[in-house]
Amino acid sequence: MTRLLLAALLALSALSSPALAVQPDEVLPDPALETRARTISQELRCLVCQNQSIDDSNAPLARDLRVLVRDRLKAGDSDDKVMEYVTDRYGDYVLLRPPFKATTLVLWIGPFAVLLLGAAGTFLFLRGRRGVAAGADTAPLSADERRRLDALLRKGD
Amino acid sequence: MRRLLYLLPFLLFIGVGIAFYLGFERDPRDIPSALIDKPAPTFDLPAIPGQMVQGQPAASGLSSAKLAGDVTLVNVFASWCIPCKAEHPVITRLSREQGVTVYGINYKDKPEDALTWLSRNGNPYAAIGADQDGRVSIDWGVYGVPESYLIDRKGRIRFKHVGPLTPQVVEEQILPMVKHLRQG
Repeated sequence: MTRLLLAALLALSALSSPALAVQPDEVLPDPALETRARTISQELRCLVCQNQSIDDSNAPLARDLRVLVRDRLKAGDSDDKVMEYVTDRYGDYVLLRPPFKATTLVLWIGPFAVLLLGAAGTFLFLRGRRGVAAGADTAPLSADERRRLDALLRKGD
Repeated sequence: MRRLLYLLPFLLFIGVGIAFYLGFERDPRDIPSALIDKPAPTFDLPAIPGQMVQGQPAASGLSSAKLAGDVTLVNVFASWCIPCKAEHPVITRLSREQGVTVYGINYKDKPEDALTWLSRNGNPYAAIGADQDGRVSIDWGVYGVPESYLIDRKGRIRFKHVGPLTPQVVEEQILPMVKHLRQG
């Protein structure tokens, strides 16, 4: 019985889809335009909630921006034009994927630079250790040292 | 020399730690404006429907044409916005005592609510434009009311403050900037 119930619940959950912020009255009649609007909205940050795209957010400003994006598309703007329209007003901050330019260099290059630095450090460390293991800088035992070593080894028997 | 090299990761850690710690001091809501030093957007907003000016229905709202000429402050407000009420005395003082012309953009407000709010709290604005669908405010890059913009004599945005104006912000940032812009 429990198993049946669980199976039914599982089947139901497969049918459900995540709750959408986009309201039915915002959706454009032209499916091609609507798809473009959704793609653009997913790239734009909601300025009120900050870590959501305007496509996910229920904030009134996010809704206004979604409608604005759709209006620009209806007016015949290209996708890039729409993005430009929004960044002209809110700056690069509104883009969830920051553009690659001088001010964002540290952001984009930083992780790779740290990785390279780590790799170089590891390489140098390992090379140094191999040198030690190969006995490059260890002098052979002197006759006196050999005698003492033999004495110690014999004591162990 | 080799000893110092061993210290390097530790020093790096300290440095990054300090950088992150200082990061906590920053306000994540403070988004740099894309419009600083750019001309204020072109717009023409109607008056709040039903608004009276000296016994007459207000003839005009607020348009970009009004902004050129003198240094002015444009304040985006709404009756439903609680911090707007908090900053209202500061705005009133700025307009009535400190000699700065303040214009208002009434953001996504019901006309009757806005008018009640103004008659209850006083109206320090030289003119008010009603932005009922919020489209003009998007052109200004508004993302959280209240917001205030300083406009120079050529109609360019020179300073933006997000959140309620406090006496401190007025004394330390707005008034010196107004003085500087009037001279320039």
